[in-house]
Amino acid sequence: MMQRKYLLAAIGLLVLVLVPFLTDITGQSSMLSLATRALIYGIAAASLNLVLGYGGMVSFGHAAFFGIGGYAVGILYQNFNEQTLFLGLVPGTDQMLLTLPAAMIVAAMLAAVIGALALRTGGVQFIMITMAFAQMLFFLFVSLKVYGGEDGLIIRRTNDLPFLNMRDKATLYWVVLAVTVLFFLGLRQVINSSFGAVLAGIRQNERRMEALGIPVFRYKLYAFVLSGMGAGLAGALMANAMRFTSPDMMHWMKSGELMVMVILGGVGTLFGPFLGAAALLVLESTLSSWTEHWQLGLGAILLIVVLGSRGGLVGLAGRIWSRK
Amino acid sequence: MILVIEQILNGLQFGVMLFLLAAGLTLIFGIMGVINLAHGSLYMIGAYAGTWVAMETGSFWIGIPAALVAAALTGFAIETLVIRRLYTRDHLDQVLATFGLILIFNQSVTLIFGRQPLFTSLPGFFEGSVEIIPGLPYPTYRLLIIAVGLLVALGLYFLINRTRIGMLVRAGATNRDMVRALGVDIRLLYTIVFGLGALLAGLAGFMAAPILAVQVGMGEQILLVTFVVVVIGGVGSIRGAFVAGILLGVSDTLLRAFLPGLLRQVMTGPEADALGVGIASTGIYLLMVIVLLFRPKGLFPVGS
Repeated sequence: MMQRKYLLAAIGLLVLVLVPFLTDITGQSSMLSLATRALIYGIAAASLNLVLGYGGMVSFGHAAFFGIGGYAVGILYQNFNEQTLFLGLVPGTDQMLLTLPAAMIVAAMLAAVIGALALRTGGVQFIMITMAFAQMLFFLFVSLKVYGGEDGLIIRRTNDLPFLNMRDKATLYWVVLAVTVLFFLGLRQVINSSFGAVLAGIRQNERRMEALGIPVFRYKLYAFVLSGMGAGLAGALMANAMRFTSPDMMHWMKSGELMVMVILGGVGTLFGPFLGAAALLVLESTLSSWTEHWQLGLGAILLIVVLGSRGGLVGLAGRIWSRK
Repeated sequence: MILVIEQILNGLQFGVMLFLLAAGLTLIFGIMGVINLAHGSLYMIGAYAGTWVAMETGSFWIGIPAALVAAALTGFAIETLVIRRLYTRDHLDQVLATFGLILIFNQSVTLIFGRQPLFTSLPGFFEGSVEIIPGLPYPTYRLLIIAVGLLVALGLYFLINRTRIGMLVRAGATNRDMVRALGVDIRLLYTIVFGLGALLAGLAGFMAAPILAVQVGMGEQILLVTFVVVVIGGVGSIRGAFVAGILLGVSDTLLRAFLPGLLRQVMTGPEADALGVGIASTGIYLLMVIVLLFRPKGLFPVGS
């Protein structure tokens, strides 16, 4: 059983590695960009799932971290291009080895501030307060004309990595895939660690964990910051893949979309968010190629998934699996 | 000074509009424990149905019952077909399902009415403006909205505080399980509350129609602000929805009207405008964060 699982994972990874060749053979190059975006959204959704599924904190503002990651890349590129200093202190750069960590650090700092305030509340109030912070950031960037305001920032060239030609779409895909795999392994490590166990305990019964002498607030904040970092990483990759970043990345509809991906895939499961992200993007693109009114079909499918199944796609797969 | 009064009136009008939406939402939220993202769709349906009927018949007044009936029927259908299955689920499932409903309603309306916004003309009597204080002509229609909003607030106050249904509603908001345990037909109560909420949303949508453009997506624009009103006011509290609605409506309108002008005195024109509008838009969210940090359950907490 265990070996079968690893075999399955190896096959899945192999297929993912081969995607650029498959799209090349079938001549559907737009599928490659779709696959790249699916991986990136997978990272963002999985990050959200860390707080939402494992920690029981329903954050409706994760687009803030996603967007700030994108802007970190965009602003550093703008400063690099104009040979200026950000805030008169930080020189710009177009090196991915610098921009990705920078995006994660900025997202972590933002998450620390938002988390420290938002985690004082709970339940519906927590949902709304995280949404409010994201909206404030959204309007802030809309009003910042220096960084393009509503129109956003165009990044003329994808960030460079040593020895690689990042202008090649397939290379970019493989880089994103490598980051996704590393992220996935790291996330699995976190969830299977004692930290992950404490987090699950907090979700199930906060007061009991408190009584056991565990500093609940601090643990929740750590999880929130980690989750924000993941979303920031995804935003930075997205800015690179689209060569564009805009306030829309922070809009509350984007937070909702990330949440839909998590729920569609399966809340509190390791693979779920990645499946959910891929499923939503594929659904969107196939339905929209059939009909202009694709949202009607998408809405119906979401309804059926919620009303007809529990635990999202992973739950569905599990039930089919065990029925065999 | 005159300008300030005019803007306060505009804010009041926006505020009662928010109250009409928030009153239903806060009850659905507080009593049934359902996060209904599709509440904005009911607002949109009221606006479309009422405006369409008003355009076809040429009478604004026939539009009113049309809007109310359409919104209430849709609300009834949503409740029996979808929401009823979600009572026992967690908030996430509710969010996903009602998000699906938004997509369905938006696309259906696009299919039926197209992408062009609809516009209505005002009924004859309410086209002009009256001089409420010397030197300040104010549109009669906006005054009508304020009056209707205040009347509805008064009516709801009596309904909630003086009738048997109101008593059950209050009891349900305070302790849902206890009401069920006492043998009240909770299902009927839920349907009534949901229908009432839908009715008010439809009314708000139709009244907003002559001021705003009737278009797809109008529901989502106002939905978020409505949720902010509900949370600031305290989930399940009609009084909270009223106070928070007026508070947010007035402060949002005043910020938008005067902040860019104030900033222009210290900065250059276009940048001041952009920043002013930006900060004004964040105003209501900032207000919510401040309120929640000091009163985590909102201004008028229910059931504590």
